[in-house]
Amino acid sequence: MKIRADRDVCIGAGNCVLAAENVFDQDDDAIVVVLEETPEGKDAEAARNAVGSCPSGALSIED
Amino acid sequence: MTTASALPLHMQRNRFDPPSRLAELREQPGLEGVRTPLGLAAHLVTRYADAREVLGDATRFSSAGMPALPGAAQDQRVGNLLALDPPDHTRLRRLLTGEFTVKRIRRLQPRIEQIVTDHLDAMERTGPPNDLVEHFALPIPSLVICELLGVPYADRAEFHRRAAIQVDLTRPLDERGAVAMESREYMGTLVDRATADPGDDMLGMLVREHGEELTRAELAGVASLLLIAGHETTANMLALGTLALLEHPEQAAIVRDDPESTAPAVEELMRFLSVVHSGVPRRVTQDTEVAGTPLAAGDFVVVSLPSADRDRALVEDPERLDVGRAASPHVAFGHGVHHCLGAPLARMEMATAFPALLRRFPTLAVAGEPEFRSATVVYGLRHLPVTW
Repeated sequence: MKIRADRDVCIGAGNCVLAAENVFDQDDDAIVVVLEETPEGKDAEAARNAVGSCPSGALSIED
Repeated sequence: MTTASALPLHMQRNRFDPPSRLAELREQPGLEGVRTPLGLAAHLVTRYADAREVLGDATRFSSAGMPALPGAAQDQRVGNLLALDPPDHTRLRRLLTGEFTVKRIRRLQPRIEQIVTDHLDAMERTGPPNDLVEHFALPIPSLVICELLGVPYADRAEFHRRAAIQVDLTRPLDERGAVAMESREYMGTLVDRATADPGDDMLGMLVREHGEELTRAELAGVASLLLIAGHETTANMLALGTLALLEHPEQAAIVRDDPESTAPAVEELMRFLSVVHSGVPRRVTQDTEVAGTPLAAGDFVVVSLPSADRDRALVEDPERLDVGRAASPHVAFGHGVHHCLGAPLARMEMATAFPALLRRFPTLAVAGEPEFRSATVVYGLRHLPVTW
């Protein structure tokens, strides 16, 4: 699993940080920063939830 | 015609629940026709997947070009994020997003806890019975958003009155338009004050860092929206959420006793109650289709968030409140580029207030008929009499 984040599409809602804190962070303007591109185990599951709850469509997963 | 007509189907409720007709519509093909509270003919979007499709595509479904409220000397849409499309929306929203990062909101946690404690202390001093809306649900988010924005809390009686009129769809449109302008005028004076002497609050930040890029009208517009959205929504979630928990005592016990349950419980209450219920309007920009229904450029669609959040495609057994279920990707905060800017703040306020209230008053109970309000942009309670 590999996480992709499009920072131009991101709207800074922060849902991903709440869903998967070990995988995602926000910069000072709230735009997504990927901390762990290839999460495993529990973090992978949390990252999937984060991608599902992203309102802007900025996040995707390459399996 | 300047008065609102009968409540449209998607705004009718039986206490917590949307009408069963919406559940039927979700199971049928196509989109039902509906009239918006302003009398526009529109296609009603009721399913979760369709709601995400429409709200997730600002190119085909525009937020700009909705009719403005009449009776205003100046266009109330200036600076109103809800009435803008990208790239204008993107430019304005990005000036604000930094104030609402998860990290920034976590820094507010001690202050929010203090505000909640102060209000619980005051309730305890006064003793039961008490109106939970007046003494808890409304003042807490009001004080939080005042401090964050830089609005004097002493002015609350006036801005509560104006907000209540602006969201009340039974009021004549020209009255709502005029009051929206009053709100902007009031905010304009606060913008002027911040321009002369910018403080550490959000108005001060906006003036200091973006005073060159934003007009006074844009600043007043965006700040008016944040003030109203910052207290109306959370206040009704706190009141309605408390009532829902009190009617499900085993679930209230979970929220009271298990700190781990708080975050998913807040998401479930958001999903179950979906208080922003007047229908999210969008204008179709090009001939297209949704759920097999052809839509022409210039048509209007209205998305029912409460209906989408009761879709079996989102969760199993959607009509049941279950604070123990895993957090779902509900659309109570909206979806797409207009997803609630203040969501991390609202979540923090709810996650602080619900358990604190239930712990302080373990015998909290409803002490009379709660007064529901339907004909408003935000569904909720006018009064919630409680005792303990």
